[in-house]
Amino acid sequence: MVSTDSDIIIAKDVHKWYGGFHALRGVSMTVKKGEVVVVFGPSGSGKSTFIRTINRLEEHQRGQIIVDGIELTNDIRNIEAIRMEVGMVFQQFNLFPHLTVRDNIMLAPMWVRKWNRDKADQVAKELLERVGIPEQADKYPNQLSGGQQQRVAIARALAMQPKIMLFDEPTSALDPEMIKEVLDVMTQLAKSGMTMICVTHEMGFARGVAKRMMFFDGGLLIEEGTPEQIFHNPQHDRTKLFLSQILH
Amino acid sequence: MGVILPHSHTHQLNMATTTDTLKPPVTSVGVIGWLHKNLFSSWLNSILTIVALWLIYNLAVGLVGFVLSANWNVVVANLRLFMIGRYTLEEAWRVEVSAAVVAFLLGASWRLWRGIMQQVGIAIGALFVVLALLPFDMNARLYLAGIVALIAIGFGCALVVRSRRLFLALWVLSPFVIAVLLAGGVAGLPAVAPDLWGGLLLTLALAVVGVGLSFPLGVLLAVGRQSDYPVIKWFSILYIEIVRGVPLITVIFAAQIILPIFLPEGMSIDRVVRAMVAFVLFTAAYLAEIVRGGLQAVGRGQGEAAKAIGLNTFQILWLIILPQALRSVIPAIVGQFISLFKDTSLVAIAGLLDLAGIANSVISQKEFLGLQNEVLVFIAAIYFVGCYAMTYASRRLEKKLGVGER
Repeated sequence: MVSTDSDIIIAKDVHKWYGGFHALRGVSMTVKKGEVVVVFGPSGSGKSTFIRTINRLEEHQRGQIIVDGIELTNDIRNIEAIRMEVGMVFQQFNLFPHLTVRDNIMLAPMWVRKWNRDKADQVAKELLERVGIPEQADKYPNQLSGGQQQRVAIARALAMQPKIMLFDEPTSALDPEMIKEVLDVMTQLAKSGMTMICVTHEMGFARGVAKRMMFFDGGLLIEEGTPEQIFHNPQHDRTKLFLSQILH
Repeated sequence: MGVILPHSHTHQLNMATTTDTLKPPVTSVGVIGWLHKNLFSSWLNSILTIVALWLIYNLAVGLVGFVLSANWNVVVANLRLFMIGRYTLEEAWRVEVSAAVVAFLLGASWRLWRGIMQQVGIAIGALFVVLALLPFDMNARLYLAGIVALIAIGFGCALVVRSRRLFLALWVLSPFVIAVLLAGGVAGLPAVAPDLWGGLLLTLALAVVGVGLSFPLGVLLAVGRQSDYPVIKWFSILYIEIVRGVPLITVIFAAQIILPIFLPEGMSIDRVVRAMVAFVLFTAAYLAEIVRGGLQAVGRGQGEAAKAIGLNTFQILWLIILPQALRSVIPAIVGQFISLFKDTSLVAIAGLLDLAGIANSVISQKEFLGLQNEVLVFIAAIYFVGCYAMTYASRRLEKKLGVGER
């Protein structure tokens, strides 16, 4: 693996332990600017843990992670700098229930980027239009459907104008009829050139949008390749088995 | 699938039309039916009903008898004592001015915030109107009328100056101004030692200081208990557990005796201030545990989402975690404040005469012997108004912040 200038995320031999449990056992990968990478694998495979190390929601204990030229260390300034560049969308949305949709989106731009209220408000309005729910700005998160909440969560992450977006199973907690509206927003985002890492089992999305796919199992990156290679010519037995289980 | 779907579709439509035409079953069956169902449904229930009626009857008879025969002169003659204790008579105008300031701010807030403040404004105004009907002398009645007028003036001022920010600043400033005004010793105002404060004035002073300072301290301790820094964490735990392991009365006593030991030679703190310190330290420990419960109720995902959008530790706490944590424990916090308000009467052990202490001394006045019921009913009413006001404010606040809804 040779890293080049266009590699916006570089992970080298990343290890993570929870107490005695070895959750990540040496993951190395790179993501290029503008690439959409789908990460999949059985539960407990370390895929979520891995993408959470990229913005330091989980600390890695060995190896090296470099995001947009900044290495993740214990230096809080590096961590804060990287978090400004990396947006994240969670399985459970994690919207702030005490704030309106608009305030959810405006919070970080105003407090972290120090924008004034008018500018933040303008951006919030544009983003809500982009995710298709401009009329919900003054509602509270719990007044929205799951799909709408997840779209607000995407807008909230985009408000910081990140260079990279991480999606941690963004559709797993949604009712089936709402999955498409979220995937549509993600597809549109991918087409706009955003660098994205998505942990998801939406294989339709992977086939249509991903440039590369990575299969995780047992804390290891088992196999990576284009969707074409993964779906039609998986190299590894475990990849084959897993795909056969989810693509009934 | 193709066959089943349209079928279930029509089935749903049918259901919708049937529910539309059906009226809910009639549940009320008239007065007799209601009585039978709720009060006399079984032998046990009937006996309970009769016993309860007998108790209510006796209570009502006693109450009416008391109201008809009550001699409120004991309250009227001692009103000044009840309100301000032994506060220097010539300086009593300062207390009146303080009350006037609060009345004015209340009126303005009524206009500006409506909601809670409107209710509080109406309640206080009504209370003063009722008091003005009691057989007080002319001066007192004029003053009470003046207070009601000031609420109206405040309301009027807020019509002109519509700045919430200005009046919020005035509210925050007012306790300090009032404290300086009451204590004196500056700008030509003769000092009135807090030792002389008594009655309702002392009760309110203890309660306001207790609530105002124990709340931030309690929040700090709760956050400290969850801190990653062992020194802060263990200090908080030690403090909370030690204070909670000691009865309030002991804390008050200790503050009177131990606090002066820690002070440099020649410096002395007033007994009232020592009592305030005791209430603040004691209440803070309990509040800390209540707030900690609230902090734990905020999901882990909230902190993670806040981190992910780049907020720093302080911002996460201030903007995300605390608002949610505090909102969920409003009832428990207000309960603690109510208990603080009532516990202020324990300062009697430090030789201070708060509202309850004054009541005790008034009861033993020679000329009013046997009128303890009037005195106790009077102070009970004041305590009730104070406690109920807090409960009411808490309910309104919960509603406004949508507890349990969002």
